[in-house]
Amino acid sequence: MAEKKYESVIGLETHLELETATKMFCGCRLSFGEEKNKNTCAVCLGHPGSLPVINKKAVEFAIKISLALNCSISSRTIFHRKNYFYPDMPKNYQISQYDLPLGIGGHLDVNMGDYVRRVGITRVHMEEDTGKLLHSGTTGRISESEGSIVDFNRAGTPLIEIVTEPDIRTPEEAKEYMTLLRSLLLYLDVSNCSMEEGSLRCDANVSIRPAGDDVLGTRTELKNLNSFKFLQKGLEYEIGRQIKVISSGGKVIQQTRHYDNVDGNTKPLRSKEEAHDYRYFPEPDLAPIFIADDMVEAIRSTIVELPEKKALRYKSDLGLSAYDADFMAGDRKLAGYFEKCLEHCTDAKTVANWIMGDFSALANKEKIHIAESRVRPDRLCGMLGMIEKGKISLKIAKTVFEEMFNTGSDPADIIKAGDLEQISDSNELEAIIEDVISKNPIPVQQYMDGKKKAIGFLIGQIMARTKGKANPKLVNEIIAKKLG
Amino acid sequence: MLETKQISCMDIAGSIFSRIEDIDEDINAYIRVEKESALESAGRIDGKIAAGEKVEDLMGIPVGIKDNICTKSITTTCASKILENYVPVYDATVIKRLKKRDYILTGKLNMDEFAMGSSNENSFFGSVSNPWDTGRVPGGSSGGPAASVASGEAICSLGSDTGGSIRQPASLCGIVGFKPTYGMVSRYGLIAFASSLDQIGPFSRDMEDCASMLNIICGHDRHDSTSIKTKTPDYKSFLKDDIKGMKIGVPEQLMVEGMDPEVKSAVGKALKMAEGMGAEIEEISIPNLKYALNVYYIIAPSEASSNLSRFDGVRYGYRDRTAKALRDMYKKTRARGFGDEVKRRIMIGTYCLSAGYYDAYYEKALKIRTIIINDFKKAFSKYDILISPTSPTTAFKTGEKMDDPLTMYLSDICTIPANLAGLPAVSIPAGLSKAGLPIGLQIMGDVLREDNIIRAAYSLEKAIAFKGVPNI
Repeated sequence: MAEKKYESVIGLETHLELETATKMFCGCRLSFGEEKNKNTCAVCLGHPGSLPVINKKAVEFAIKISLALNCSISSRTIFHRKNYFYPDMPKNYQISQYDLPLGIGGHLDVNMGDYVRRVGITRVHMEEDTGKLLHSGTTGRISESEGSIVDFNRAGTPLIEIVTEPDIRTPEEAKEYMTLLRSLLLYLDVSNCSMEEGSLRCDANVSIRPAGDDVLGTRTELKNLNSFKFLQKGLEYEIGRQIKVISSGGKVIQQTRHYDNVDGNTKPLRSKEEAHDYRYFPEPDLAPIFIADDMVEAIRSTIVELPEKKALRYKSDLGLSAYDADFMAGDRKLAGYFEKCLEHCTDAKTVANWIMGDFSALANKEKIHIAESRVRPDRLCGMLGMIEKGKISLKIAKTVFEEMFNTGSDPADIIKAGDLEQISDSNELEAIIEDVISKNPIPVQQYMDGKKKAIGFLIGQIMARTKGKANPKLVNEIIAKKLG
Repeated sequence: MLETKQISCMDIAGSIFSRIEDIDEDINAYIRVEKESALESAGRIDGKIAAGEKVEDLMGIPVGIKDNICTKSITTTCASKILENYVPVYDATVIKRLKKRDYILTGKLNMDEFAMGSSNENSFFGSVSNPWDTGRVPGGSSGGPAASVASGEAICSLGSDTGGSIRQPASLCGIVGFKPTYGMVSRYGLIAFASSLDQIGPFSRDMEDCASMLNIICGHDRHDSTSIKTKTPDYKSFLKDDIKGMKIGVPEQLMVEGMDPEVKSAVGKALKMAEGMGAEIEEISIPNLKYALNVYYIIAPSEASSNLSRFDGVRYGYRDRTAKALRDMYKKTRARGFGDEVKRRIMIGTYCLSAGYYDAYYEKALKIRTIIINDFKKAFSKYDILISPTSPTTAFKTGEKMDDPLTMYLSDICTIPANLAGLPAVSIPAGLSKAGLPIGLQIMGDVLREDNIIRAAYSLEKAIAFKGVPNI
């Protein structure tokens, strides 16, 4: 009952580690899972006297992301210092952006099936990542550890923050937004977007209000939402909690809460009242960045066709269903494979069906990506051509494909080696069928008596004799003629 | 003389180190003396010269370095307990440039802790004395660099200037101190006090050595994003008797109230000389300069509060070992590692940047800074250089102003405007007071117009003919 009276208001803050060759402000390599503090220098360790220098590639990536999110690009943008003390911060300030971010005022249209939610993008800004704290002891918790060490390999990794307007209304929408955003970012080829490795991270601001109201309620900030599932579950729990608080006459306290994915609930981290005063001020060690229009246009021209547009094209030009088009376009690598296939055959729908059917099933079982399987696009199309021409049956094709998937072989070779070619010679088939009819008088009689099902037995016999290679269409035709 | 082999590098270095051994107990200009490695270098360089290698400027010359400029493998302390044992893993860009010229490092020079001070009394390693009167201060924050050159404990030295930290001690010690245009000398490896104001520059006995040093230390550095991309001129080519026809402005706001009359008269005399040599002198007014000190004491501490936050005991430097938890370790390390003046400025800066105060202080200070920059632009559209005293007084007595930070801050009233506007400026000796203390003359130029400053300074240097040497 109570739940019906409220709607939730959600805004997301996403952090993305860019996959540049080097860090944001120094020449150190980016790394994951390497020996601790291996990729560090005076700059990313915050040694006295060292100075930051902006990584141009990171700025280009940030512009690319901003453009893909329909943001306008600031012609002049500056960095700020965000000051707070923590051991994973080498300088005890983070070089970030504040009131003059790189990208502003964009949007992303999230397709929810029966409606589209337009999510406003407030800003896209650049900053640097922190190091990682590792607490000794068995629990890994700071309060129970003897000591801590800091690994600065991650410190200074280029980071992009994408902040939405509070336009999201449900946990499902939040999940779909993140799914779309991740797919888009993968298309841009700027990050590996791994939520497990932490290269894509998400915090959520959430509040509730009586449905239809336009005043915002007091919000909480949720942290540790490090998978699509946890994002949705965390929001569901928190919305439920806020509704309970308000329904029972209480007030939501503005605070940061931690999603505990074991207990499935959220716990307060710190309240905003005791939050940091970050003392932002313009970073005096870095000159403003001026971004010329021709630079923006040059970067825009490098952006490939993005999933939304691609899916539309798949529907209108290739005749794919909305579901199939979204599936194919949603993953950059898959779409690339799909389009490679279309260079070798024209029947897009059949290609899509095959990819989404047997191919996906096998790939999922082996836990590999379709685009990284052994099956070459030209060979997949070759096999589809054989089905179309009646050279192999659909049933045989499944066997052939499994072998292609396992070995990467040419379907023609597989068919030849296994003697799998379909028998479409009517004289040859007629002889076999006549033989089967003469040897099975009882089922023939049953069929004649009106038990139409008895024909199945006869066809089975024919298939057995031909090891499944008989062209089923021809078999049906001939047998109908003979018994008719 | 090195070229004609009348004297060897070893001779020069030897005399410098015996001077240091004789008098540094009284002066305390050095935090660390690098005698052994210096003599080794001297021998090596003598070998090069004997083998016929061309002798370039600075080759084999003993130079002292202010202890806030990073020297690889050699302790760099900022005169602070918090960095007492800090050994940099890299050389500052200026050090790399000096090394390329085969300079000889005499040692690391004393200073006010983190370059905060005007008397060199805020050093964890003890205060520096003025060679002209050891009961007086040498000025600050580059007290060590100034006192060492004035007393013959180094031929030249490098200091840093955030609000006058090169020019004011040069003035009080009777030598030449030059602050180049902001961005002309790389700050990479200079331990930051206030990033938008800090600039490295040389101390020397005369303008010729000063120009030689500028030739070596100036130039673009890709490791410093605020470094200017421009062709570096040959500063020595401006060493000409060429003040004739120059238009000189004398800002009345820098002839401050309460100025020592002897300082005023020395500056007056120098201006007369300039006029006599054909320069045009005009008194001018730059009204907004009256806000310079206030603006400076918001911007500099604000930046410092952030720059100095990295000294936390986590990665390097002093750590208080009695603390049991993180916050406690931060607090005790910083409370015990920093001196009073540094803590005072960190607190002022933290306050100025705080939510609710930022607009009233930092934001407003930035706006006035822009106004001052524009005022200077206007002035330099009419005048080639601006002349003023460097410091309103001669060297004051040790301890005299320590209990009164505000009076101490006034010592920099004439020098601060050049930092706010990023202008080049020099202090040259203008004579001695009756008490035998040096008086400094400041010449400021427009951005990147070091040429005008050097011409005027060179002409005036010859006309003034300051021959004073401290009797120590």
